[in-house]
Amino acid sequence: METVEINLEEQFQARIDADISIEPKDWMPDAYRKTLIRQISQHAHSELVGMLPEGNWITRAPSLKRKSILLSKVQDEAGHGLYLYSAAETLGTTRDQMLADLHSGKAKYSSIFNYPTLSWADMGTVGWLVDGAAILNQVPLCRTSYGPYARAMVRVCKEESFHQRQGFEIMQTLCEGTPVQKEMAQEALNRWWWPTLMMFGPKDADSPNTAQSMNWRIKRFTNDELRQKFVDMMVPQAEFLGLTVPDPALKWNETKQGYDFGDVNWEEFWNVVKGNGMCNKDRLGARVKAHEEGAWVREAALAHAKKRAERAEAA
Amino acid sequence: MTQSEWPLWEVFIRSKQGLDHKHVGSLHAADATMAIQNARDVYTRRLEGISIWVVESKHVHASNPDDAEAFFDPANDKVYRHPTFYDVPASIKHM
Repeated sequence: METVEINLEEQFQARIDADISIEPKDWMPDAYRKTLIRQISQHAHSELVGMLPEGNWITRAPSLKRKSILLSKVQDEAGHGLYLYSAAETLGTTRDQMLADLHSGKAKYSSIFNYPTLSWADMGTVGWLVDGAAILNQVPLCRTSYGPYARAMVRVCKEESFHQRQGFEIMQTLCEGTPVQKEMAQEALNRWWWPTLMMFGPKDADSPNTAQSMNWRIKRFTNDELRQKFVDMMVPQAEFLGLTVPDPALKWNETKQGYDFGDVNWEEFWNVVKGNGMCNKDRLGARVKAHEEGAWVREAALAHAKKRAERAEAA
Repeated sequence: MTQSEWPLWEVFIRSKQGLDHKHVGSLHAADATMAIQNARDVYTRRLEGISIWVVESKHVHASNPDDAEAFFDPANDKVYRHPTFYDVPASIKHM
């Protein structure tokens, strides 16, 4: 019995090593399934909760153009959540279960969304920085080993690039505006820079599951590798905008051809993960409220469909 | 808890006239009409399609991956089914 199990696991790993996709009905180790359900649903939850900080600004966007763009972006995020929930469902979990885990606080979502969006410049920063970080995380996942997840990520990445560009455009407009507008952009960058660096997760040394996930190709770069890439990518963009990255330790390192940068405040990171960030209660509260207040709609739609099906059968 | 989850549907999109419908993903909806409307919103926000099919997932029957060898390998050794199997003299045109 045991030898058979080992054999299946070896075959499974051999397929992954050969870059052959794993599909829903293929054999997979339980731990692979569980880890993927957790990772994909967490990502889906992040898209869903990610609509809230931006939804906050739809009614206050400074022009019709900006409002249309922001609406589209938030709608995309709902779509991304749906692609990802569907991918997770192919692993045997249900939508109801995933939402229940989100609402009970058992499942996590990206801690970045537990920070408030205080000014219009935050819409620029969220698009430029936060979506920029998300893209770095997501692009390698287009080649992840689990087929439905990889296909969902291809779709997500295609749409995400518009999110980042519209954010950069907001920043550029503010930076080319009045001194007050430019200051608004700088102030937003000051607040979002460090939380964005936290999006890549704990340091490699504190991320014990990284090795297994890399082996399974459901993670393709380590947290620190991605964080370094992000800093190297963003600093020149901030310079272009004429903004200052709020890190006194930031310095170009000629030898490694990358920037040295200061240490993230990990105490703050873990505190937000544990539910004590500025907006954790608000975000989860808003989600639960929307779900509960929508219950009658879901029930009515089912009742209506049932009635129509019965009528069709009787006819 | 009563049944609160809407059934699952598979979505197929024809990207342009003349091409076939291709599977793009799935979604939940109470009935076919809603499934098509939701598919429009979820899968065609950027002109990805001009026609949508939806099929309730429970109606899709699939081959079993465990049978893949027995099922598909017989086609493996029949190279003569491909035109490249045949040597055509260089002087022969239009073949």
